[in-house]
Amino acid sequence: MQPVMDDEEDESRADVSGEIRLPATLAGTGPLPDKAEIVIVGGGVVGLAIAYYLARRGMQDVVVIERGYLAEGASGRNGGGVRQQWSTEINIRLMQESVELCRRFAVDLGVNVWFRQGGYLFLARSTAEVARLERNIALQNRCGVATRMLDPEQAQDIVPELDLTGIVGASYNPTDGILFPWPFLWGYARQAAARGVKIFTQTAVTGLEPAIVASAAAGGTGGFTVHTPRGSIKARRVVNATGAWSPQLAKLVGVDVPTYPIRHEICSSEPLKPFLRPMVSELASGLYCSQSMRGEIVGGVTLPGHESTYAMGSTLKFLSTYARRLVRLMPILGDIKILRQWAGPYDQSPDGNPVLGPAPTHPDFFLACGFVGHGFMMAPIVGKLYAEWLTGGAPHEIFSRYRLARFTDGSGAAQPKEDFNIG
Amino acid sequence: MTLSDLEHSVSRGYQDIEEVKRYTGFGTGPCQGKECLALVASELARLTGQPPSTIKPFTSRPPLAPTPLRLLARDPGAHRFDDDREDG
Repeated sequence: MQPVMDDEEDESRADVSGEIRLPATLAGTGPLPDKAEIVIVGGGVVGLAIAYYLARRGMQDVVVIERGYLAEGASGRNGGGVRQQWSTEINIRLMQESVELCRRFAVDLGVNVWFRQGGYLFLARSTAEVARLERNIALQNRCGVATRMLDPEQAQDIVPELDLTGIVGASYNPTDGILFPWPFLWGYARQAAARGVKIFTQTAVTGLEPAIVASAAAGGTGGFTVHTPRGSIKARRVVNATGAWSPQLAKLVGVDVPTYPIRHEICSSEPLKPFLRPMVSELASGLYCSQSMRGEIVGGVTLPGHESTYAMGSTLKFLSTYARRLVRLMPILGDIKILRQWAGPYDQSPDGNPVLGPAPTHPDFFLACGFVGHGFMMAPIVGKLYAEWLTGGAPHEIFSRYRLARFTDGSGAAQPKEDFNIG
Repeated sequence: MTLSDLEHSVSRGYQDIEEVKRYTGFGTGPCQGKECLALVASELARLTGQPPSTIKPFTSRPPLAPTPLRLLARDPGAHRFDDDREDG
């Protein structure tokens, strides 16, 4: 067992002088190591957060394998929202901790992630939506999140550009925020690498071969051989952090993960001088927009009838629907120009909750997927909890609550379903 | 985006053009790469020794030119939600 360090205070604070170096190229030039204690598949925010926290707890024999480049999947394609306004207590509490980790991120990891707590403002256009927000607020308040109900005029005090026609109420939590996703990954990658984690990009996993265990009583301790075109690694444990591609990786060991990819589109405007403090979202259409620290208005809208696909193309229908709703809500934005649009995959789970913990048939194959479009904001706390557990700490309740078996043994029905997803 | 931004990106291991785009933000401004992409690619080839023919452009993003929201909002193909007004 690796030595476990106190995780609360990191003695070796981030080196902000720039002396910590990743390999000359992240793709790596040499061969893969022959073996590793843990191989994490997926160089997105979830995999890198787990790698970073493992390394911080003294577990350095960790290899991260990424098929493309860091942030190629949803981690590099999301809107950077970080909120505590959820409808289930577990998500509210997890996100309270994630927000705290985001607040410390620049100091702890030595990279500016442009985190800004401007709040989240959810707008309701019907009394049913108001009731829904009020239910959530009561729960959030019980958890210590200071969300409050606003009447339309109070919402306009926060965002004077709002056209209040049809708005009947709003919920507002001032400590929700936004960040710039890309540097978040560089921070985790750099600090993990500085502590001994090896990261290989442009390396696809082509096979996962369970080791033959001599004694059945040894159940699951044999680990895996991870095959790639650049060589194979014997891993005692494997973590599947491949986001929307998780079902495909799990299939390599015959594990069925019932999540599926749903394409969500997003767009960004020309930069404007700072004027919009909170993330603004409208429940009726799933419209959301925020102003990044670069000044761009970044946002999206929910189009009905998403089909499951890995295709990441963009559509005019998305852009025109977003434009129509946004100009209706904030008419003054009519003259700003859209610079670009793109898409990313939600790893959609059947009940809206993630899939965590080992596969029932393979106790050394760990799942960290099914985050339904909020994996980025969950990654700091989930990565920390995962690393604590994998280094001998007690498992947090998420690892039993969100286990894969809930989809087949009926236990999932007892779990509160998270329904406050946007985008 | 300056030459030293690119050198910094390369020194940190971010040498794929998609990685450089994300590390430096190049190609995400008003020109969306129309002016800067070829220049960055040629400097990247020089700095890293990658043959220029192996450097592919990053994925281009619509719209082709910066487009006002008001114009897009008039597209009859926009989805109408239950509460959408039929005007404008």
